[in-house]
Amino acid sequence: MEPVTTITGTAVPLDRSDVDTDQIIPSDWLKRVERTGFGKGLFSEWRDDPEFVLNLPQFGGASVLVAGTNFGTGSSREHAVWAIMDFGFKAVVSSRFADIFRNNSTKNGLVPVQVPDEVADALLRAVEADPSLEITIDVSERTVSAPAAGIHSAFELDDATRERFLLGLDDIGLTLEHADAIDTFEANRPAWMPSIPR
Amino acid sequence: MAPRTLSEKIWDAHQVVAGGDGPELLYVDLHLVHEVTSPQAFDGLRLAGRGVRRPELTVATEDHNVPTEATDQPIADPISRRQVEVLRENTTAFNITEFPMRHPDQGIVHVIGPELGLTLPGMTIVCGDSHTSTHGAFGALAFGIGTSEVEHVLATQTLHQQVPDTMAVNVDGALPPGVTAKDIILAIIGLIGTGGGIGSIIEYRGEAIRALSMEGRMTVCNMSIEAGAKAGLIAPDDTTFAYLEGRRHAPSGAAWSEALDYWRSLPTDEGATFTREVHLDAAALVPHVSWGTNPSQVAPITAAVPDPDTLADAGARDAAQRALDYMGLTAGTPIRDIPVDTVFIGSCTNSRIEDLRAAARVAEGRTVRSGMRAMVVPGSWAVRNQAEAEGLDKVFTAAGFDWREPGCSMCLAMNPDKLAPGERSASTSNRNFEGRQGRGGRTHLVSPEVAAATAIAGTFATPTDLD
Ligand code: SF4
Repeated sequence: MEPVTTITGTAVPLDRSDVDTDQIIPSDWLKRVERTGFGKGLFSEWRDDPEFVLNLPQFGGASVLVAGTNFGTGSSREHAVWAIMDFGFKAVVSSRFADIFRNNSTKNGLVPVQVPDEVADALLRAVEADPSLEITIDVSERTVSAPAAGIHSAFELDDATRERFLLGLDDIGLTLEHADAIDTFEANRPAWMPSIPR
Repeated sequence: MAPRTLSEKIWDAHQVVAGGDGPELLYVDLHLVHEVTSPQAFDGLRLAGRGVRRPELTVATEDHNVPTEATDQPIADPISRRQVEVLRENTTAFNITEFPMRHPDQGIVHVIGPELGLTLPGMTIVCGDSHTSTHGAFGALAFGIGTSEVEHVLATQTLHQQVPDTMAVNVDGALPPGVTAKDIILAIIGLIGTGGGIGSIIEYRGEAIRALSMEGRMTVCNMSIEAGAKAGLIAPDDTTFAYLEGRRHAPSGAAWSEALDYWRSLPTDEGATFTREVHLDAAALVPHVSWGTNPSQVAPITAAVPDPDTLADAGARDAAQRALDYMGLTAGTPIRDIPVDTVFIGSCTNSRIEDLRAAARVAEGRTVRSGMRAMVVPGSWAVRNQAEAEGLDKVFTAAGFDWREPGCSMCLAMNPDKLAPGERSASTSNRNFEGRQGRGGRTHLVSPEVAAATAIAGTFATPTDLD
């Protein structure tokens, strides 16, 4: 994954709670075996409505998606993260993320910016009022700010994940450094555990 | 040692590297794979020149894309066919056991694991599929992961995971007749919401849970993810052991006794504390039906479609109004008056033999309402064969149900089984999201009993409504 340090740009306000991954990328799109090209499928059913916020020209070119609470619930499909990133977003702001969506985001370099309800709400209103509002997400400092709207907040990100973002580290490579610990663990597994040789 | 919960015991027993504040490195005992979420993971391995660390702890099946008729023919949709072929190529290349279409062990990934005795208490099980929580019914710590994590498990047989909170959902008392495991879990999600379990492992406890069959427990744990939970768990007990004994991959002989001793040590210790506890009175439950577009938007079948204006929270009010618009429903309509045009009995929530037996009891000697499309899709070939041995297929077809071949089918509409725009289903699956069963389709989640009764009545009904 590419290093991610600071993101600065405009945002799209998606004022809906419980946005599930079936909406983010409908199942028709899951038949593809590639990892790229999912941007066209992003919210594809909602985008049939010309008034849907992603279709509004004033929000074009945004790099941050600001959404309601419980973002990314439902299916584990990582295609949701690939679609959001392929469309051009680098971060999603919400007051709460579903666990699998959050994990999928951090594996791909999409920053899940989890802020208190009031902050998420203030940011939504500020972006709705001013589509050109500039937002900065500082991964190193773990802060999100929109100075023109007087918004500044910390967000949660554990140290290990922050480090992976900043250095663009390969998750599997890091784990393989623990190969000895994995060997030791395996040597002590109970014999009754199932094994299914091909 | 301080008293621990079931989930803490399994977690501790699988910790490879402690994580401090951050994620811990956990060992994975069983990795289940299907065609939709794995191709990019195998590609990633190839790109990095990595192999699969423990192919013998990995099993793959074809389920999401497969048609539910004429499975002796190649899949007609070229993109679906390609995805299934890619799974076959990948599992061959990396030496992983795979069950192709029509193989006697093939079926929905969360149906076949328990059937084959691969799902055992005290294990860690992962799959690139959110309903992996199903396996928690056996007291296994089982959760869904994304494709990058699938690749990570293939390469390392481990996973980085943040230590979750623990949550107890106590279902006290006994269920009234006609109320099922599905109604328990729908009521729980209605109570705690789609985000209620985020960051937590839910342990289901109490008299009503203990009284459930393994099939019922799987239905409950299956939908843990619909409450946002990382996993669902039920402590293993004699019901669990009786289900497992003699299954193909379950231990036998001395290994069975050794395993049994360990499994009996797993239930939550007296005095262990949960981050959060919730209580539900089983005796007060009635069959539930979802009315909205997320699984927390549910109501008792005896109720009416709720009026969004009566909701206190502005966000919930907006969401409810949008849901009613999408669902084509009017506040105040009695749920029993809503006409249904499609009934789907299937999915990893309710496609096991017990579910089919329950639906067949309702269907027996009755006739599906004219104009109704009613389909029964067994969860696996094993379930289908068992059902046929019991004559359930005859009961269904005589009543006018369509008896299909196994797969995910109309649960997510990746195969030809779809709702047309505006069509309304009573479905035993787990998600009523917009478009889940086909673009513009309207899904109501129900138990197999209610689904079967609805197929006959034409509007939402319980079996006793038919008398
Ligand atoms: S039956 Fe439905 S929920 Fe279950 S694995 Fe298949 S698609 Fe997913």
